[in-house]
Amino acid sequence: MDDLLSKIAGGYNYIAYITIMMIGLYAVIAKRNLVKKIIGMSIFQTAIILFYISIGAKKGATIPILMHDHGPEAAEHAIKAADYINPLPHVLMLTAIVVAVATLGVALSLAVKVYQRYGTLEEPEIQDQINKS
Amino acid sequence: MSEQLPAFIIVAPLIGACLIFIAGFTRRGLCYPLAMVSMVVALGSSIGVLHQVLVDGPLIYKLGGWDPPWGIVYNVDALNALVLAVVAAVALVNLVASRQFIDAQPFYRIGAFYALYILAVTGLMGMVITGDVFNLYVLLEIASLTGYALVAMGDDRAPLSALNYVLVGTIGASFYLLGVGFLYAMTGSLNMVDIAQRLPGLYGSTAVFAAFVMIMVGIWFKAAFFPLHSWLPNAYTYAPPPSAGLLAPLMTKVMIYVMIRMMLTVFTPAYSFSFGLLNQVVVWLAVIAIVAGAIMALAAKDFKRLLAYIIVSEVGYMVGGAWLGNRLGMTGSMLHLVNDAAMTLCVFLAAAALSFRLKDTKLTSFQGLFKTMPFTMGALVIGGLSIIGVPPTCGFFSKWYLISAGIQAGAWGYIAALLFSSLVNLILFFKIFEIAYFEPFSAHGHGHDNGGHGQVSALAVREAPAQVVVPLVVTAIGLVVLGLYSKELVAGVIDLGLPLGLK
Repeated sequence: MDDLLSKIAGGYNYIAYITIMMIGLYAVIAKRNLVKKIIGMSIFQTAIILFYISIGAKKGATIPILMHDHGPEAAEHAIKAADYINPLPHVLMLTAIVVAVATLGVALSLAVKVYQRYGTLEEPEIQDQINKS
Repeated sequence: MSEQLPAFIIVAPLIGACLIFIAGFTRRGLCYPLAMVSMVVALGSSIGVLHQVLVDGPLIYKLGGWDPPWGIVYNVDALNALVLAVVAAVALVNLVASRQFIDAQPFYRIGAFYALYILAVTGLMGMVITGDVFNLYVLLEIASLTGYALVAMGDDRAPLSALNYVLVGTIGASFYLLGVGFLYAMTGSLNMVDIAQRLPGLYGSTAVFAAFVMIMVGIWFKAAFFPLHSWLPNAYTYAPPPSAGLLAPLMTKVMIYVMIRMMLTVFTPAYSFSFGLLNQVVVWLAVIAIVAGAIMALAAKDFKRLLAYIIVSEVGYMVGGAWLGNRLGMTGSMLHLVNDAAMTLCVFLAAAALSFRLKDTKLTSFQGLFKTMPFTMGALVIGGLSIIGVPPTCGFFSKWYLISAGIQAGAWGYIAALLFSSLVNLILFFKIFEIAYFEPFSAHGHGHDNGGHGQVSALAVREAPAQVVVPLVVTAIGLVVLGLYSKELVAGVIDLGLPLGLK
């Protein structure tokens, strides 16, 4: 039992992102409303951003800005990697956020076009109209 | 100058797309010439790079002069130089055929269409050339987002199909991104070669295995590998002909190449083929994909939908061939990738040409087409024979490699599926030819009202515009040429790109 608890405490970030990811996946698969599906897709992407951010984090470390002078003497200070969090996952996620925003924009504009065409965003009702025509 | 060629492949279409977008608002007449220029530069550079690679061996291009593990590099070997040339050539041929259709569109769509088209090509070529796993994700999303928009430009059910494509495609890309995250957490690197050097010590790790599976599943989503194919049929059926002509031959094929790249370069064959059971399961999944694609194609009433299901089946060929785990299978898979891009382009261009003269692409409206559209149907016959796998068209040779690889690996189910699918393709295409050649032609629905003499004038030749038919005929001839030179292609290019360790 203690073993399990310590596992959960040690990897709670992973449990959190998997849970969020599954909520998103559930919405994409099970929801019948197109906008709800799009929201699910967005949640799914956000969960992965959370995963990346969490693997860059460190206890007791600071943001990766060197806290010494900017002159020639700055190079003389030894830089301990352990004192700084890893900035790379954050930088990657800036790109991924841009991609996620663009995807959301495309998806929502398509939802608008679907609504103009069928007058509804409920999948069963759209399916009915397609079957009738 | 020539050492900068790999950058031109990406930079020329990227800048071209931006200029086209601006020209779309101010000088609409410039859009098409700009698109042509950027595609010609991209094709010229890729052929130049292919030549360099064949003469001097694999090359590494450092973007901005940053050294590999930190900066982004382009790694070009014989395999991706070949795929680059194929992507550029297919996109250029289809661009020529697109003009007639796009000029008939509302004016505000012209600039947007060409900009999206060129940007999609940038994304596809970037995915092939890049040596950085995260860069690949970004380019994958560029190609996908433009692809969604290109599909949505169609009428009727296109927006709904595109939205479905967005949902499924984004889930797929996210799986890939998650796999990359696992790899980064384990190795601390994003450079493909660097990861491959750091991985051997970690081969036993569950996280690396999870990364491998996640990346493969993500790629399979995008490549429409059978259980994950649900987005493909509707998207390609309702997409406007120029978009379908770009995406159908290239999107799935480029993803198959990315899968092969991941298996060979990042995880190396030593790791990819080390799971006896998993490898067999994937080959059996490919068998199911081939058979299911063939059966669904049999049930299709619409020509474009039929072609879309054939693609599902062909993806099964290539995934199965790559996972057989021998050199012959990988060769067959790469050769089929090249051939299938050309074959799919040929049949989709034929569908585009038909859409100029027919109101819909239902199979029942094909009556009398051999008389009215002889060139289009002639090209379709060559395309069809190639998909069936009749020599000397190229489809035969890649299928031969795949079947030989299946015999070598003892994968009898895979061989049976290949033969079954060839047989179904035979039925499918001869059903089309029979309707188009033998069934009595009725002038009804074709706009002819000549009364009793309708038969005579209805049988007059009414070809699609030359701008569509010429690229189509060139592609059809290309299928035969590719077939005749397939031995040289395998020995001179593909074999150089495969790692020596792969037996």
